[in-house]
Amino acid sequence: MIDNGLPEGWELVVGLEVHVELATKTKLFSGSPNRFGDEPNTNIDPVTLGLPGALPVLNQHAVELAMRIGLALNCTVKPSTFHRKNYFYPDLSKAYQITQYDEPLNVDGFLMLPGGVRIGVERAHMEEDTGKSTHFGGAGGRIHGSEYSLIDFNRAGVPLVEIVSHPDVRTAEQARQYVNELRAILVAVGASDAKMEEGSMRCDANVSVRKYGAELGTRCEIKNVNSVRSLGKAIEYEARRQIDVLETGGTIRQETRHWDETDGRTHTLRAKVDANDYRYFLEPDLVMLAPDAEWVERVRAALPVLPAARRTNLAALTGAEEDSEAIAVVVERGQDTYIEEVKNSGGDPGRALVWVQQSFAEEGNAPRLPAKDLAALTVLERDGKLTATQAKTVLGDMLEAGGGDPTAIAATKGFEALDTSVIEGFVDEGIAAQPDAWAKYCAGEEKAMGALVGTIMKLSKGKADGKVVTAILQHRRGN
Amino acid sequence: MSNFTSAISIAQNVASGAQSAASVVEEHLQRISQREEEVHAFNLVTSAEARERAADLDARIARGENVGPLAGVPIALKDNMCTRGVPTTCSSKILEGWKPPYNATVVDKLFAAGAVFVGKTNLDEFAMGSSTENSAFGPTRNPLDTSRVPGGSSGGSAAAVAAGFAAVSLGSDTGGSIRQPAALCGVVGVKPTYGLVSRYGLVAFASSLDQIGPFSHSVADAALLTEIIAGHDPMDSTSIPKPAPSLVSVLGRGVEGMRIGRVADLPEGADADVLARLDAAFIALEKAGATIVDVKLPSLSYALTAYYLIAPAEASSNLARYDGVRYGNRVAANDMNTMYADTRAAGFGDEVKRRIMLGTYALSAGYYDAYYGKALKVRRLISDDFAAAYVNADVILTPTSPTVAFPFGAKTDDPLTMYLCDIFTIPTNLAGHPAMSVPFGTGQANMPVGVQILAPTLGEEAMFKVAAVLESAA
Repeated sequence: MIDNGLPEGWELVVGLEVHVELATKTKLFSGSPNRFGDEPNTNIDPVTLGLPGALPVLNQHAVELAMRIGLALNCTVKPSTFHRKNYFYPDLSKAYQITQYDEPLNVDGFLMLPGGVRIGVERAHMEEDTGKSTHFGGAGGRIHGSEYSLIDFNRAGVPLVEIVSHPDVRTAEQARQYVNELRAILVAVGASDAKMEEGSMRCDANVSVRKYGAELGTRCEIKNVNSVRSLGKAIEYEARRQIDVLETGGTIRQETRHWDETDGRTHTLRAKVDANDYRYFLEPDLVMLAPDAEWVERVRAALPVLPAARRTNLAALTGAEEDSEAIAVVVERGQDTYIEEVKNSGGDPGRALVWVQQSFAEEGNAPRLPAKDLAALTVLERDGKLTATQAKTVLGDMLEAGGGDPTAIAATKGFEALDTSVIEGFVDEGIAAQPDAWAKYCAGEEKAMGALVGTIMKLSKGKADGKVVTAILQHRRGN
Repeated sequence: MSNFTSAISIAQNVASGAQSAASVVEEHLQRISQREEEVHAFNLVTSAEARERAADLDARIARGENVGPLAGVPIALKDNMCTRGVPTTCSSKILEGWKPPYNATVVDKLFAAGAVFVGKTNLDEFAMGSSTENSAFGPTRNPLDTSRVPGGSSGGSAAAVAAGFAAVSLGSDTGGSIRQPAALCGVVGVKPTYGLVSRYGLVAFASSLDQIGPFSHSVADAALLTEIIAGHDPMDSTSIPKPAPSLVSVLGRGVEGMRIGRVADLPEGADADVLARLDAAFIALEKAGATIVDVKLPSLSYALTAYYLIAPAEASSNLARYDGVRYGNRVAANDMNTMYADTRAAGFGDEVKRRIMLGTYALSAGYYDAYYGKALKVRRLISDDFAAAYVNADVILTPTSPTVAFPFGAKTDDPLTMYLCDIFTIPTNLAGHPAMSVPFGTGQANMPVGVQILAPTLGEEAMFKVAAVLESAA
């Protein structure tokens, strides 16, 4: 039984529906630009506005990106169709959304979480986005009670892929991992920039609870989750709410609930009984989408190495733990190939990993610092010619200049590695200067060590290796 | 054949300089000014634009330019085809005043061929009807007898050609809306294979059934128009990715050795005078060297029912966009749902509302399988029946309409009797096949009778060969 943070005996069951905007140049069914942040109603045309007589034409690049997503999620690509989902709303220009319904493009895949948990992917289907409504003069930005509403159709017709997981997620942490991993995959395959803040990735969670071994409980769909952090909080809140209801003899009503970031709660948006009858039927303006095997294999062959495999490779290369923060961060930034280059230039990949994680946050996947320069730095460090503190200073200069010879930079700064016997001398001086701190440290107060190390480092003018100082102090205390 | 000059002759005369495009236009505008008030074929006559266009063509011809195969040919467009900057109403109040910012593909093709647009023709609102009595702007009258309907829904386009207002016109055919009014007005009307002519810019009624086609006085004009408007259009995903067929060239080839299907189990309902003309057509074709073969189409009796589920279902979705939000008429209200309801209540006529309700119901949860789903199965059965029939026959002959043109009001009280007007034309739309109506003599009250020629997918060549022989035998 895993720790899900819930009261004893309760199991959390979550399925996730993630919408991502595809990084195409144009919209799903027309030639208007697919671009975020433009002046309202500039990226429009007869198809986007649903003008009488306009017809949709499927964007082939969108299909290719959708297939990349499906294949990266281990799905089978199948012959698929588009349906019309009919409902009235002002920002839905045709009064129907074109979406894949009972025959989606990608089916039966899975995603492995970094910890090894397998989450099934039921489907990843294509659909078009709606326009964006903004309501003025009413309460809470809702259309009800507002004075007027404005609609921006720039987003209408933007290609989306909806990725629907099986209800395999068992903890809020797994949900966070799933979305993070999915985002990494989407970015890696070039399908989407997958930014939750900008709305190019949106996540709804179907949450239910049950006693271990019982039938699935009634689920509620949680919407308006705008960050991975909120996703975890919303799921935790919703699970506790449902348990409270059930433990006090109530029943869960199937409904759509709205996550409110400000009060940290979910609120009823609409009950299942109020749901629209969307009257789905086959979109007669489009033909079947059946990518031939040759196309599918071409897309599959062109897929890059995916984040999970890259983490495994980088861990093997650097000796770090596969699920460590450093491995995750560096792979997410796409800097793993850079570390490989450092190694190929004769550098120490383990040290390179540390420096890249700490100092390359702004560098992107193609750092300006030549790999051979970082390689040289890691060699100096490994061979004991520079302390970590000194190496950090040298690296700072190298990054600023976009390169340089670390030996030369170290020389100009007067950096040279100190012999352990010299450090012992500084330690003696430090203890003498801070008798109180030494006494406290010996009494078991670990915090006191900071003051001692600080003083000793200062005495050595930063030339002592902090790790060596720490080791000497621990040794002298007798542990 | 009528007294009016054919489009082919007009184009030859204008291109050779024997006659100016300007004088051709004046001739047609004059006939419009004489009879349009009585006939009401048009929602809009574009006289000024037509004169300007003719002058431009004449100038280009004077410079030695080839302006295309329809040089100076006056043409009328059903008012459900988008024309840039020119109102396109679908004969509905809800679209009154709306001006499309773009042209339908067929409009661009005709323009490139040198045609002169004289106006937008009246129709049953959103092409829903068989008599043009459902227009929000009043009915069109049959030019041959103005106490009678011209048929529908492309009644205005049929009447405009029959009255000599335009040499040729375009209509749209979802369940017979070109062929039936062609028969009732005594002109040629063609519904090409689904996908042969681009639907881009045709305001949708039922997308899987709609197809644009020509009206003309002669089979040759219809063949020429079909050639010009056909061909693959990347803007229409259902457009067939093949070049336009060559049709004018096959017209003289006769029907020697062709197998003409006679439907042994033809649904009942056609008047005797209509059936007599059908028999005469079979005799004429036999005389011309064709063989008559019996075919069976057992699913045909379900076609009308299936059609009146599928077409309204698609229409209920296609017409949902007329909500008063972005264009067209809006009835202001204090909340969104009231605005939707009031706008649509005021904007749509009774027949459109009836079909939207029928279609919405047929697609609703709990009813889909029993209605829409079953109708799709019937559609497949009909296609199968046709496929079997076309093993033994090259084309099939049926009546176009069960009756000749009927008086106004004769069928408006009972929608079902009106729906039965399309009993012979609907199956072709469900199968996606081509079909055309050719005038073949007269029936009751000396009104014209049309014979319908059905052919399999992309069987236009065979269809036009038979049409040419019937035309010369009529």
